Amino acid sequence: MLGLSADEIGILALSLRVALVSVIFSLPIAVLVAYGLARLSFPGKTLVDAIVHLPLVLPPVVVGFALLVLFGRRGPIGSLLDQWFGIVFAFRWTGAALASALMGFPLMVRAIRLSIEAIDRRLETAARTLGGSRLWVFVSITLPLALPGIITGTLLSFARGLGEFGATITFVSNIPGQTQTLPLAIYSFTQVPGGDAQAMRLSLVAVVLSIAALAASEWLTRRATESQRDDQR
Amino acid sequence: MINVEIEQQLGSFHLDVKFAAEAPIVGLFGRSGSGKTSVINAIAGIATPQRGSIRINETVLFDAAQNIDVPPNERRVGYVFQDALLFPHMDVESNLLYGQRRHAPEDRFIDEARIVELLGLSALLHRKPRALSGGEKQRVAIGRALLAQPRLLLMDEPLASLDVPRKMEILAYVERLRDELRIPIVYVSHSVTEMARLADTVVVLADGKCVASGPVDHVMGRLDGNPAAPWQEAGSVLDTRVAAQNDEDQLTTLTFDGGEILVPRLDASVGERVRARISARDVSLALAMPTDISILNVLPAQVLAIDEANGPAVDLQLAVGGSMLVARITRRSMRQLGVRTGQKVFALVKAVAFDERSVGYV
Repeated sequence: MLGLSADEIGILALSLRVALVSVIFSLPIAVLVAYGLARLSFPGKTLVDAIVHLPLVLPPVVVGFALLVLFGRRGPIGSLLDQWFGIVFAFRWTGAALASALMGFPLMVRAIRLSIEAIDRRLETAARTLGGSRLWVFVSITLPLALPGIITGTLLSFARGLGEFGATITFVSNIPGQTQTLPLAIYSFTQVPGGDAQAMRLSLVAVVLSIAALAASEWLTRRATESQRDDQR
Repeated sequence: MINVEIEQQLGSFHLDVKFAAEAPIVGLFGRSGSGKTSVINAIAGIATPQRGSIRINETVLFDAAQNIDVPPNERRVGYVFQDALLFPHMDVESNLLYGQRRHAPEDRFIDEARIVELLGLSALLHRKPRALSGGEKQRVAIGRALLAQPRLLLMDEPLASLDVPRKMEILAYVERLRDELRIPIVYVSHSVTEMARLADTVVVLADGKCVASGPVDHVMGRLDGNPAAPWQEAGSVLDTRVAAQNDEDQLTTLTFDGGEILVPRLDASVGERVRARISARDVSLALAMPTDISILNVLPAQVLAIDEANGPAVDLQLAVGGSMLVARITRRSMRQLGVRTGQKVFALVKAVAFDERSVGYV
């Protein structure tokens, strides 16, 4: 495929799987958090907002280290998950997905929150007077109207996940076939003599993937926005 | 029967409104900021008063003392907003059916076909809201509210954002609803014209308080009853019947208990009830029966009261037969004519002072 070796395809597939799983699991949580931040007022809202944004401003290594401490086999959360559900993050591809999800989370929440805030709340009120329960109004009015932001947020987070490096290497290390995603593989090749050519090939793959994700985001957002514009003819 | 008795503090604004009304259309009248919208928001359940109660017939929607606050989606109170608020991601038909789908088929008493026919929506069903004109949007919004099977319909200045021809169109549709569906309507407006044309009972609000209420011809004809009305809008309402059509001159004769008036031709049949609003500015006075004059309507009247509050102008309340008419003349005219309370005068009204906005079918 496109002149890529079996190893390179394996790296690409792992990267895509990590990024995909990370957005699938973080999206529902991001939608709820974004809705809470956009629509509800509760004590400690500023704190929640700050915590959500933390991965955006912290050095990724710090996030990775925090994951290692909390979700490592002996960590307070990691040990419980292992005991109760048999879920292990440390040094597994699932850990890479967790690191991606966390690093992409602020981007996802931000995009969704902005688009929820842009919705005329009176549309939700109107839906309530027509007999819609809170939950139904959320599903039938808020979510579809926030769709452009949900798409943008998901693809941004996906692209961020594909590029995740610092938190991943700190949390799950750089194990070929297990946790070695695209950026980690590129880094490895640059560290060995004569690896430049392969590093270059993988870098080009990364460029193509990122551009494709951005283009897809742009196209989907435009389609979603177009179907619900409310201007006069 | 609608019973509202609520108190609510909104920032520095205090709402304290008490009224009970039973009528096909109850008008809630007042300037902007008088608390009209707050009252219907409370009835719809999208705002919660601190004290009081709201009942429709026997159903308690809200009672602060008993801790009853039925959520808006369970109140079955339709709400037509000033700017339609159609759901932009759905086509017209999905908008219409949004509320209907929330009710089991056996609870429905208004069906889609009827509403589509009544509001003339069949050509619009598959359009998106963005492809509709203002008047069309408002018609869809009314249909959507009705298909949610409401026991009461609230309309918040539904004509405010429309131009005059569209206003006329929607007014006619509201009259059809009243006549054909028999759902009580609470109609909010600051327009005397709309009140006079549509409402049967009027509740006048000013500064968050109810300052007058009663049948429309009483409330709107009283000098002191409508402090909420803009200065220029003072006037009165006559309950009349079509007596004759004059095809040659394109005029219609209306008869009421104080005599007859001629108005520009109305599209109505003889015997039909018609409500005519006469702005106080359009009424002149004469002490003797005038001759050689272009004004067609000359009505014998008696001065009941004089209200001198308004600077250069004074408002005179006139009895014309059993009806009430308000005339606004200058203070100077009153002095020159020597008008006094109790005096017999003639009220003059130009026929062309009536237009379709001031005449409504009952």
